[in-house]
Amino acid sequence: MGFLIETVISGLMTGMLYSLVALGFVLIFKASGVFNFAQGAMVLFAALAMARFAEWAPAHLGFDSKLLANLLGFVGAMLVMVAAAWLIERLVLGKLVNQEGITLLMATLGITYFLEGFGQTIFGNDIYNIDIGLPKDPVFLFESVFQGGVLVNKEDLYAALIAAAMVTLLSMFFQYTSTGRALRAVADDHQAAQSIGIPLNRIWVIVWSVAGFTALVAGIIWGSKLGVQFSLSLVALKALPVVILGGLTSVPGAIVGGLIIGVGEKVSEVYIGPSIGGGIEIWFGYVLVLFVLLVRPQGLFGEKIIDRV
Amino acid sequence: MNVLAEPLATAELAPKASRIGEVILEVKNISLAFGGVKALTDISFDVREHEVRAIIGPNGAGKSSLLNCINGVYTPQQGSITFRDRTFNHMNSRQVAEMGVARTFQSLALFKGMSVLDNIMTGRNLRMKTNLFQQAIRWGAAEREEIEQREAVERIIDFLEIQPYRKTPVGRLPYGLQKRVDLGRALAMEPSVLLLDEPMAGMNVEEKQDMCRFVLDVNDEFGTTIVLIEHDMGVVMDISDRVVVLDYGKKIGDGTPEQVRTNPDVISAYLGTGH
Repeated sequence: MGFLIETVISGLMTGMLYSLVALGFVLIFKASGVFNFAQGAMVLFAALAMARFAEWAPAHLGFDSKLLANLLGFVGAMLVMVAAAWLIERLVLGKLVNQEGITLLMATLGITYFLEGFGQTIFGNDIYNIDIGLPKDPVFLFESVFQGGVLVNKEDLYAALIAAAMVTLLSMFFQYTSTGRALRAVADDHQAAQSIGIPLNRIWVIVWSVAGFTALVAGIIWGSKLGVQFSLSLVALKALPVVILGGLTSVPGAIVGGLIIGVGEKVSEVYIGPSIGGGIEIWFGYVLVLFVLLVRPQGLFGEKIIDRV
Repeated sequence: MNVLAEPLATAELAPKASRIGEVILEVKNISLAFGGVKALTDISFDVREHEVRAIIGPNGAGKSSLLNCINGVYTPQQGSITFRDRTFNHMNSRQVAEMGVARTFQSLALFKGMSVLDNIMTGRNLRMKTNLFQQAIRWGAAEREEIEQREAVERIIDFLEIQPYRKTPVGRLPYGLQKRVDLGRALAMEPSVLLLDEPMAGMNVEEKQDMCRFVLDVNDEFGTTIVLIEHDMGVVMDISDRVVVLDYGKKIGDGTPEQVRTNPDVISAYLGTGH
């Protein structure tokens, strides 16, 4: 029993981190109707920027505080992400107003390769470390209830809390502020949004900056677990089934989707894995999504689209 | 001109004819072509303040293109548009909105996933002055602003008689009501000129009567100038002060409903010439 709970908890925490990446997809899709293929590349790019800035700052400015270095790294990386958002709007999306979704998707595919290449050119392509001082030691919970207790990784626990806080803040921002409303309006209809004076270009810069921010947070957390390296951009591939499962337009969907897939892949790996030779974790999410799509093509929480014929 | 701050019941209205004022919008020699297809050829007409100006013509005559030029969606290759003594050739939709021109759409372009209330609230966007960070903490100015704007929106909802649907996602409303929400969103901008692209298309008689009433009330009570495209001749002849007639992208008639009705070019465009 204790072992099952342990598996579920570790699944929940991994799931929370998937959600964080998935959130970036959902934000941009909700606010501009663009499926942003570049989200994974943005995670890598942001994490690289953070890691290198935190490394360069003490070396060039001659101080020795870890906290200050991380802080400068974070601010620097955030500025880079805002600049990237602005450039993406200026050079790519701004030119493609009112185009088909598939055109915009292809454009983000281009952005993906550019960010991956450019990021490694200017920041280097080694494995870098981000150390924001998350405690690495595990803790044991419920020792009185189960024999041996339940082992929980403290680092994962903090990461999950950070992710949960971000998710709450972002969904409130979307629902209750007038900028949030303008973002949703742009997602529904570019033309109508313009006709009532919503500045499309500014909205896009805001959305991509916010998505850049979630990418940065995801990058820091994943980066401090796995090290900052090229494979970080593949995290996005894990988030894809999460987004589809939760529904592309739903912030809560991204969370629940992440949790379901996180728990599902861990539990199935541990309990079903051995009997079919293991390796379930890698494809479990995709298969689960296939089945969900058969029943609910719009995802668990997505808006059902009913067309007048 | 904060018309919506006042209760909707206004005092005595001057007789209609004397309320029509100076020219507020003037379109001069506009030509628009898409590749080799000429959508509009050398169109000129003006719109006076407070008037209801209709644009009619058979299908494909270029009515919507003309409206889209005024609205800044299309940029005509030739000609100019003057709005309140400001002449411009290049204009985007947002700038036009800032000058006080609102529009509705022929094929509905509402924000389908959002509630009626939120849809109309987006129309107040230009009046929202607080920045992102104030909104994020929802403190002081941002909250006051939200409440003020909400009051204005509630007046529009009352005016259009859509109170019961406030929280309904617009995608679920019947077509006639969606058209009303579209009008409501445009009204929320408190425009001085309102462009209506076939506000009554696809409606039944009852819905048409309602819509006519709303359009006339907006014109009477808020003094909003109205430019509308409409196919229903009965409606056009009833509610408009002056009518422009287009056919194959050219202007073939312009005048009061009576003048237009007896214009031989207009008759032949609509009924075909006798052989």
